[in-house]
Amino acid sequence: MNGNEGLLQLKGVSKIFGRATIDEVTALDNVNLNVHAEDFMTIIGSNGAGKTTLLNVIAGVYPPERGGKTIINGKDITNLSEHKHAQYIGRVYQDPHTGTASKMTIEENMSLAMLRGQARGLSIATNKQRRDQFCEALAPLGLGLENRLTTQVGTLSGGQRQALALVMATISQPSLLLLDEHTATLDPKTARIVLELSEVIVQREKITTMMVTHNMEVALRYGNRLIMMHKGRIIVDLSHEQRKNLTVNDLVTAFERASGEHFADDTILLSTADPDEKPDNEQ
Amino acid sequence: MDVLVNLLSASFYEGLAFGLVAIGVYLTFRVLAFPDLTVDGSFALGGAVAAILIVNDINPWLATVAALGAGLCAGLATSLLNTKLRITALLAGILMMVALYSINLMVMTGRSNIGLLRQVTVFDQVSQFLGIDDKVTLSIIFMVVLTVIILVILNWFLRTEIGLALRATGENEQMVRGLGGNTDMTTVLGVSISNGVVALSGALIAQHDSTADVGMGLGMIVMGLASVIIGEALFHPRGVTAILLAVIGGTFTYRLFINIALRYNWVSAGNLKLITALLVIIALAIPYIQKKMRHEWVPPAARM
Repeated sequence: MNGNEGLLQLKGVSKIFGRATIDEVTALDNVNLNVHAEDFMTIIGSNGAGKTTLLNVIAGVYPPERGGKTIINGKDITNLSEHKHAQYIGRVYQDPHTGTASKMTIEENMSLAMLRGQARGLSIATNKQRRDQFCEALAPLGLGLENRLTTQVGTLSGGQRQALALVMATISQPSLLLLDEHTATLDPKTARIVLELSEVIVQREKITTMMVTHNMEVALRYGNRLIMMHKGRIIVDLSHEQRKNLTVNDLVTAFERASGEHFADDTILLSTADPDEKPDNEQ
Repeated sequence: MDVLVNLLSASFYEGLAFGLVAIGVYLTFRVLAFPDLTVDGSFALGGAVAAILIVNDINPWLATVAALGAGLCAGLATSLLNTKLRITALLAGILMMVALYSINLMVMTGRSNIGLLRQVTVFDQVSQFLGIDDKVTLSIIFMVVLTVIILVILNWFLRTEIGLALRATGENEQMVRGLGGNTDMTTVLGVSISNGVVALSGALIAQHDSTADVGMGLGMIVMGLASVIIGEALFHPRGVTAILLAVIGGTFTYRLFINIALRYNWVSAGNLKLITALLVIIALAIPYIQKKMRHEWVPPAARM
């Protein structure tokens, strides 16, 4: 791998939904992005800016348009199926129900997560050694989940499930962690706790991370790099040095300068006053 | 007293033999959330394959294993239609069920019925081996042993790494893919195993009844579903082992009621499928009606 190449590279990535219909939407418009190893990147943008589409392309939920490339660890994974992308990429979704299986126990969920990137075989999925590992991974959350390994996940609260999803996404040490507004459905206090847990895990495991958020304060407070998306393009890309002393107002100014538009997304402006984030309904 | 013993022993045998169908239905409908209608076709396929091989002097054990293999292939076809060609599960199953009707006729060389009365079946061989002449006792012993073997295998399989991924696929496909699990593979595996078990049941019942009929699979899904629902309602099972046992228990209960109703002429044999269908309709409607009475909102049923 070349020294100045990133851990994740996107080259000319576009995504068009409903091509040649009246509803045609360009969700991603020729995005080029280099994410370096151990970057903790926050991604911000209004509804329909393409944030979630970007994560979906990286995670292999759908491929980009022809010509676009997704390269991770120097390997072109553009056309691999989603479960093959997953050997490199852990993901926490906005909805706690997406990242965990309700009717299965905590240890069963953890077993599924631990086998990311490995061949699944015919040995019994949970054993003593693995249970110890699960306890070790769950104990730092401070939620007592390590004592409830045989509890059905459906009985946990949203915050507990999201914390569990976070551990599940990181336990097998993926190269890249995608956090897709993973605190958006939680109450403000729980959202704060889960965000802080995320930061602790990311720093401890040194995982390269991309976190989508609706909240400008969150985007500034966490991580070491910030990108802002608008109409499927990356319009602002700030390094750690550049964003160190920025305020939310500076970000709004930066947005207006880069997009040439007046900043008029109430959801973002409103959400700056409150760590609670509004659900994002974009594709 | 004799009547009671007869009813119970017949129902016990049937509970085990048709219990395999219910296990198959449970695997697809409940574990994989894949409403697979192939079952009607693969049950008859099992009977057809076993019968045609046995009348052609193939070892009945080999014929039974071949029937299981044929069922696996039927399930494979349905699940590939769904995963590779993206045809909905319901339609893929219906397509295979219809296609299998012709295939089963072909297997039975154009005949709609093959008699096995003068043939040596697995039941005859076991009867000789154990020296048990009584057909009822023999068929019960045989089915108990076989069912225990299959339940032990399934109980183990559903706890393995692949089995866990298979169960999770039915519950949260997106999560499984996101954790690196191949959900196409688990779906194909689950639907194939289900139809294999169903075809095995068809092969055994054809040998027990000494006849394979192209129409013998008619209504098997509904019967299997009724058994699963009864088992869940009666035993409230939690955990893999309990659920598998509850499904067998449900099938036994279902057969017992049917046999009692037939014995006392409460229903005629011709009405059985109507009664079974009504039973399933009632069982499926009750939760909705209960919610409606509590003024809960219930989303419209899925149409595709």
